[in-house]
Amino acid sequence: MMALDTVDVKRRVRVMVIDGGHRVRSHLNTLGIHIGDWLTVVERAPFKGPVLVEVNGTRLALGRGVAAKIRVDLDGTLEPLVRRPSEAEAEQK
Amino acid sequence: MKFVLAGQPNSGKSTIFNSVAGYRAATANFPGSSISFTFSRALIHGHEVEVVDLPGIYSLISSKEDTGKAESYLLEESYDLIINVVDASRLGRSLELTMQLLELERPMIVALNMMDEAARGGMVVDPEELGRQIGVPVVPTVGRRGLGLKELFRRALQHAHQKDEIFALTLDREVEEALEEVAEMLEATDVGNNVPRRFVAEKLLERDPHFEREIYTRHPELKKQVRGVAAVLQKTHGWSADQVISGSRHAVAHCIEEEVVTLERPQIGWREWADRVFLHPWTGGPVMVAILGLLFWVVFRVGQRLEMPLVELTDRLAASLAEKLPPETLLGTLAGGALTGIAGGVAIVLPYLLPFLIGLAILEDSGYLPRMAYILDNFMHRIGLHGKSVLPLILGYGCSVPAIMSARILPSLRDRRITAVLASFIPCSARTIVIFGLVAAYLGPWWALGIYLLNLLIVVVLGNVLARTMKGASPGLILEIPELQLPQLKTLGAKTWLTLKEFITIAWPLLVVSSVVLGLLEWADAADAINALLAPLTVVLLGLPAAVGMTLVFGILRKELTLVMLVQALGTTQLSTVMNDGQMLTFTLFVVFYVPCVATIAVMAKELGWRDTAVISAFSVVLAVVIGLAGRFSYALFS
Repeated sequence: MMALDTVDVKRRVRVMVIDGGHRVRSHLNTLGIHIGDWLTVVERAPFKGPVLVEVNGTRLALGRGVAAKIRVDLDGTLEPLVRRPSEAEAEQK
Repeated sequence: MKFVLAGQPNSGKSTIFNSVAGYRAATANFPGSSISFTFSRALIHGHEVEVVDLPGIYSLISSKEDTGKAESYLLEESYDLIINVVDASRLGRSLELTMQLLELERPMIVALNMMDEAARGGMVVDPEELGRQIGVPVVPTVGRRGLGLKELFRRALQHAHQKDEIFALTLDREVEEALEEVAEMLEATDVGNNVPRRFVAEKLLERDPHFEREIYTRHPELKKQVRGVAAVLQKTHGWSADQVISGSRHAVAHCIEEEVVTLERPQIGWREWADRVFLHPWTGGPVMVAILGLLFWVVFRVGQRLEMPLVELTDRLAASLAEKLPPETLLGTLAGGALTGIAGGVAIVLPYLLPFLIGLAILEDSGYLPRMAYILDNFMHRIGLHGKSVLPLILGYGCSVPAIMSARILPSLRDRRITAVLASFIPCSARTIVIFGLVAAYLGPWWALGIYLLNLLIVVVLGNVLARTMKGASPGLILEIPELQLPQLKTLGAKTWLTLKEFITIAWPLLVVSSVVLGLLEWADAADAINALLAPLTVVLLGLPAAVGMTLVFGILRKELTLVMLVQALGTTQLSTVMNDGQMLTFTLFVVFYVPCVATIAVMAKELGWRDTAVISAFSVVLAVVIGLAGRFSYALFS
């Protein structure tokens, strides 16, 4: 797992964790970045400028600070923690 | 009958609005171009309908700093139908808002807009199937080219009459159970009889600050109960309730998208190639400088070409008028003043204003502005600002009023205030006219360019100082980069006309009246008194002719006035005979920086409060004097 701001251009990655406060997360959610989504890094601006990503057909510019909060997986072998099994389900097992 | 256009930013609401209302709402290709509501009455298929264009919203969640005006309008006002404008090329994301709108249980239809853009991206959307999935009519449209809009409004009228029942889509089982539980609590305490309870329940579970404040102040006992339900939801899912709900909504939207969309190979056209150049790490910056340089050069060349013959013509007119009505008589003074005002508008203002407005409209409509924000984000952060500040600042070159208002697109209050202040210091088109009409015309274009660069430098330094003194860090940039568009002649024309109309109906009459008033003051020898009063500033400090004092007073009304009044005050259009180059430079520098115009002061007071506006205005005069002085002495030194 690595931070999105360190991913190379043209790499396709899967979002695993979004750190940071509720506001950043919900803003990213409304713009189409959720945990488990695949996104492509289209361009990285020089001198620690923003990262341009494509997700579900939309292009978004993310500042380096924001990108650093998004942790992604390169080959998609990891399963993101989409849902924790509830206690009831755990008991059944 | 009243229709409300609602949808996500940059989905084309204003374009659809303008198609029925005439060009009233400013459109541009970047998210957040509509910042206020626009209302219009329109005749649609023989019915008189009021249409409301709401600013774009990503979701129905209000944040702490946003009062969520569009949201409360949708919830509280009475209207007959929501037209939900959906960007087909971003269907999944847009559907999340559509689902929230359905929860309002108001009559609604969907305009599936930007079908052409979706097709380019390889998405074939089936509108019929989408309509079946979400339970409301869906009409495919291409707003920019006017396709499908007739059908849209026909269906809208039909549907508004039918008053069908609207149902919210079902989310996760656990979410639905929690919503029901909270809705029952609300019913027991008799809350939300006018608004859908399910919607209010959802907002409370999401901990929407607006709804929490509204309801918990009246029913504090509910707070604990609702939080209890949220805690259960959080425990079973391992996420906070708001994330569970939004995740569930995302999943449903995604399922619907998969049902209605057939994917094909995306076309790679000129847009993709252009973006590779515009956003490339090496070429992006130089191309941006080239584009802005080209804009500057075109405005200068076109303006110059148009200005010279027009000035000659108006000079001849003035001369023949002076023969018939000598300026010593009262009538001659009045007529001469009026003619100067009219001529100033035609010969000095329009030649530069027109190409400038067209150039700015092209930048706005093509979608290049958000790309500039992308390129400049890093630089803006270095000086302590937000990348999105670029948008209001560029708009500031057009007019400070919309620029200051558009600072609202910034996420934090701190950035909004700083950007609003900085936008007022950017030379607007009126100040541009003074720069071009005086400095570029008499001293040459390089001097004019120098003024712009100096101004930019000062804005950057000022921004840095403000960012350091105001508490809080700027949140990171999260900005949608819309697809590039070829600006359409019709929209460009309509847009330019919208601003030009303002100049013709407001500024021009003001020019004529002020010109006459100045003529009268001179005739009655009262101008000298005011000029004498300002002489310590104009003559002593800045080394300008005493007659410019009055023009600076008029300039507070509108900045173009300073140039036109200068012609009137000095009594000639050949300004080089009465002012030397250094004086013109000093005068222009002073005009660029001193007190924003009345309209700007009004909008600043609204956005920042009177106290700060007064401080900024006073500061701007000091700044203008300092820079004017610096200009005066450095010009004397170097020439």
